[in-house]
Amino acid sequence: MTPDVTDGAVTGMAGTGDRNGARETGKSIDTLAIRDLRLRFRGYTETTTVLHGISMRVAPEQRVALVGESGSGKTVIARAILGLLQLLPGAIVNGDIDFEGQDLTGLTTRAWRRLRGVRMSMIFQDPTSSLNPVFTIGEQFHEVHRRADPAIRRSVSGDRAAAILEEVSITEPDRVLESYPFQLSGGMNQRVMIAMAMANEPALLIADEPGTALDVTVQDQTLRLMRRLVDSHRTSVLFISHNLGVVREFADRVYVIYQGRIVEEGPSAAIFRDPRHAYTQALMAAAPRITGGGIPDVSEDEPAFLAPREVHPPEPTPTGDG
Amino acid sequence: MHPVLRLLLRRAGMSALVLIGVSVLIFVIARVIPGDPARIALGPNATVEQVANLRDALHLDQPVWRQYGHFIADLARGDLGVSLYTNRPVTTDIAQFLPATLELVFAAAILMIGLGLPLGILSARYRGGIIDNSIRVVALLGVSAPSFVWAVILMLLFAFFLPIFPIAGRLSTDFLIEPVTGFLLVDTLLAGNPAAFGNAVSHIALPAFALALSGIGQAARLTRANMVETYDRPYIEMARSYGFPERRIAGRFAFRPSLIPSLTILGLDFAAMLGNAFLVEAIFAWPGLSRYGVAVILRKDLNAIIGTVLIISATFLIANLIVDLLIAWLNPRIRHGRGTGG
Ligand SMILES: Nc1ncnc2c1ncn2[C@@H]1O[C@H](COP(=O)(O)OP(=O)(O)OP(=O)(O)O)[C@@H](O)[C@H]1O
Ligand SMILES: [Mg+2]
Repeated sequence: MTPDVTDGAVTGMAGTGDRNGARETGKSIDTLAIRDLRLRFRGYTETTTVLHGISMRVAPEQRVALVGESGSGKTVIARAILGLLQLLPGAIVNGDIDFEGQDLTGLTTRAWRRLRGVRMSMIFQDPTSSLNPVFTIGEQFHEVHRRADPAIRRSVSGDRAAAILEEVSITEPDRVLESYPFQLSGGMNQRVMIAMAMANEPALLIADEPGTALDVTVQDQTLRLMRRLVDSHRTSVLFISHNLGVVREFADRVYVIYQGRIVEEGPSAAIFRDPRHAYTQALMAAAPRITGGGIPDVSEDEPAFLAPREVHPPEPTPTGDG
Repeated sequence: MHPVLRLLLRRAGMSALVLIGVSVLIFVIARVIPGDPARIALGPNATVEQVANLRDALHLDQPVWRQYGHFIADLARGDLGVSLYTNRPVTTDIAQFLPATLELVFAAAILMIGLGLPLGILSARYRGGIIDNSIRVVALLGVSAPSFVWAVILMLLFAFFLPIFPIAGRLSTDFLIEPVTGFLLVDTLLAGNPAAFGNAVSHIALPAFALALSGIGQAARLTRANMVETYDRPYIEMARSYGFPERRIAGRFAFRPSLIPSLTILGLDFAAMLGNAFLVEAIFAWPGLSRYGVAVILRKDLNAIIGTVLIISATFLIANLIVDLLIAWLNPRIRHGRGTGG
């Protein structure tokens, strides 16, 4: 099913292109390339540095995971990519963020905003509180569709919403579209949010610890659905997670972040087989809880954790689905 | 049964009970206050016989409960009796004076909603900035003085020192408008008379604004407070991540959830306007129910007092009912019978 609307107003560059093209060229333009991203927050008396030069790439159709403990700076990276962080008066952001070959940091606030919800979108941790309580799911889909196509009719939007809801295994999409978020279960809202994030066929989907507010079985199920959806729509994903097990299953490539620095990166198989950085090793060694999905508590701040970044060589075959 | 229908029935039943209670109360009170209504009506020169005849006609010598029985029997026929002050049926008097009061209250309510909510939205959107601070000062001023004080101030400023608006009344005597609805703003338009409409607008502007000012302030403050809280919710962050313009986030995604908690209080404000209208009407010589009410109380005109109080109570209850239904309609949790019922 090809979308009738693929593009917002400002995208400069071609999107993901067709799948074979992306594979063969190999060197095609990255969906996302961050170089030396630095972030400081201006406080009352001093500024605190939160990101110390982050560099990372997300190739077309690639699923990239960003793993690290609480407070390491994962969410701020996501917010910086969306251009939301830059709206905060106290945030000082430096570095390049290239999206589909276009340098976002050179854009006006308005042009960057127009990419959001259209070419890049985000899934939040708690589905039920992230959906607006006083609008039906259908109304919210309509609003989202109108971001890409301001003149879209409600009926057209409804049909498209129903189609994408079916893709996340919602069997009665019409009933869901008429419902308010409080009438649906958390797992259902999570699927709705995933479908909504994909509604305008974005090139990049950022998922910030999706579903950690839900119980594990539901979380697992929705992650599978998300995986299927991004596969069939060829969407690149930046997946932020606490859960090493999920990361291993979901991601092609992993970045490990510690205190605002990337300490290790590489194909996920390589990282899980052969963790090289002291912090990554500590993460892996600490037995992850099977139920909670939380990152194991690596409480000691060892000097070795501040060792330079470990980069695994690129995987021999191009990235693809598993 | 549909939850909104159930709400409607329950509230209608309650309203009927309240009206009966009010009628008993005012019936008794009006009869125990000293003074003989017949004597007051007929004046000092009337003979004892004339007074006795009138007392008889009004059943005043019967026990109160029997008088109440007569009253209810008449009321069932839509008869509120004759006013001793105007010598006309009380219903005729009310039909003449009530529309002026309602027109004033509706105009004030429109101002309250039409100015108060947008000011609150602006204030919340630019919170902490100069727009926000200016609006907050104005809103605080609005709520800090009662409407009759504003009525005097506005009249002095804009009708007396700067004679921009007429000082009193509803319409200049130059215009003769056939009453259809009793609302001059509507009737002048129906009559196809724009000059008269303009004249009516200029007459209602000051009293309506005076009556609305504290409501405007209240609405702006409430809206701002609720929206500032809403702005911290994850769904606003989500709306931003979807690239919706700040204008739309303020006016729709943050405003709508914030409106529901304000509605009950705005409804009460609206009902309070019915009461405050009395003083504002007195100041602007607005020919509404208040002038009639004061005149009939001073004359101990029993039928007219009871009729006026009942009509005002009924209007108050209907206004509350409408507000409750509006809340139910706007709040999906009530509309779909979940969460907190009204
Ligand atoms: N608006 C802000 N002002 C000041 N400091 C901030 C702000 N937002 C985030 N920070 C700080 O930046 C650091 C990184 O925060 P971030 O939310 O990115 O962590 P995280 O890795 O997403 O953690 P978690 O796993 O708990 O979500 C934290 O120390 C946090 O206190
Ligand atoms: Mg986070």
